[in-house]
Amino acid sequence: MATVRIPPVLRQQTGGQPEVEADGSNVGEVLRALTAAHPDTEAQLFGEDGDLNRYVNVYLNDEDVRVLDGLETSVSDGDTVVILPAMAGG
Amino acid sequence: MAPTEIKQQVEEIEPFEAQQEIEGGDVVLIDTREPHEYQEAHLENGKLVPPGLLGDEIATAAPNKSARTILYCRSGNRSYKAAEQLQALGYEDVASMAGGILAWQEQGLPVVSTSGMTAEQRDRYSRHTLLPEVGVDGQLKLLNAKVLLLGAGGLGAPTALYLAAAGIGTLGLLDDDVVDASNLQRQVIHNTERIGMPKTESARIFIEALNPDVNVVEHNLRLDSGNIIELIEDYDVIVDGADNFPTRYLLNDASVRLRKPIVSASILSFDGQISTFVPFEGPCYRCLYPTPPPAELAPSCSANGVLGVMAGTMGTLQANEVIKLVLGVGEPLIGRLLLYEALGTRFTELKVRRDPECPICGENAPEIADEDLGKFPDYDAFCAG
Repeated sequence: MATVRIPPVLRQQTGGQPEVEADGSNVGEVLRALTAAHPDTEAQLFGEDGDLNRYVNVYLNDEDVRVLDGLETSVSDGDTVVILPAMAGG
Repeated sequence: MAPTEIKQQVEEIEPFEAQQEIEGGDVVLIDTREPHEYQEAHLENGKLVPPGLLGDEIATAAPNKSARTILYCRSGNRSYKAAEQLQALGYEDVASMAGGILAWQEQGLPVVSTSGMTAEQRDRYSRHTLLPEVGVDGQLKLLNAKVLLLGAGGLGAPTALYLAAAGIGTLGLLDDDVVDASNLQRQVIHNTERIGMPKTESARIFIEALNPDVNVVEHNLRLDSGNIIELIEDYDVIVDGADNFPTRYLLNDASVRLRKPIVSASILSFDGQISTFVPFEGPCYRCLYPTPPPAELAPSCSANGVLGVMAGTMGTLQANEVIKLVLGVGEPLIGRLLLYEALGTRFTELKVRRDPECPICGENAPEIADEDLGKFPDYDAFCAG
């Protein structure tokens, strides 16, 4: 079980929860478990082609999955997956 | 120490010998006088360790016991004694400068004096100059620094307060907005009486009252690709507290071209992000965020709300980064993104890497034309809302 950190812009879609527990052996599966539990997050995370939207950064613990194996990056119990969109507020 | 033990003689060197070694580099230079003497004049890069604090502070000032360590004081007595103490502590390569700073100055060698600072400044910045990491040299760097704040709002207001208090010599303020009552819950540089006034002017009034040393430059306008190069080229550090994506990408592209460091933060509701982008030394904003999000994922503080004090936390973190960049001390947030969640009072640090494919700072990135700064292939489609 991994912990998924939900950014403020997606919390409405998770009932306000800042963290959600999700199962999966890799990052893609964990995110799919999240979208299954909270379907409103899907359109914002994944494009119609099923790939992660380019404007969404995803980290496994403190490392960007783009420099790991992307959605195929293995996830272990206790890992944290951080979803991070850019914010522009000032 | 046992009386039978033979005291090791301290090596004494003449000021000109010390100067040659210092110029050669790899020398730790320790000033063993009192703070008020140090403040008046000292050798460049001399680290102050007063005799009474030697035992406590030497490990910080001179962490490497095998490094060449030269001590000096006023006339050479206190430094000789301090050198004996250091040898007893296990320092292997210690020398005391004979005749001290008096002999040094008699030979016409240069010192850093506070002549660049008035008596009022010595008093005002004394809590800075007492810090070995700042000192008089560092305070003079701050007084000579030029910093541009992009936005005099939620982030810019608290950043400006601390940069002004720190004595940043030139503070540029860029904002085309006027003070609104709804700003005052977080934009603490403005006040009720100044509602309706341009933010740059309101901020200038506050800063000039706080610290007359600061030269405030008002840029009461909006950045665009036509004016950005001219606006930012005279500044040493840019602080990004902009409230929209087009400005953030525009600033990134121009600052990479001019090789200007950016301290970038953003805020929304209870959450903040901050990183420091130093072109070609670390990643740029586009390495971190190659594509801006669509409008529905990019809500503004005016639409979603923002906790005022959280803006203050992020703004003061920005000021801290700026001061470190100017002083050249510590570890700026280069290649690191710091997230702050005010509700959980939690900080998270993420790694940010340079993207070799980055269209702006990547290995094969082309030089882009002025009118293309800040452009993104399909940016208009993304930002139509």
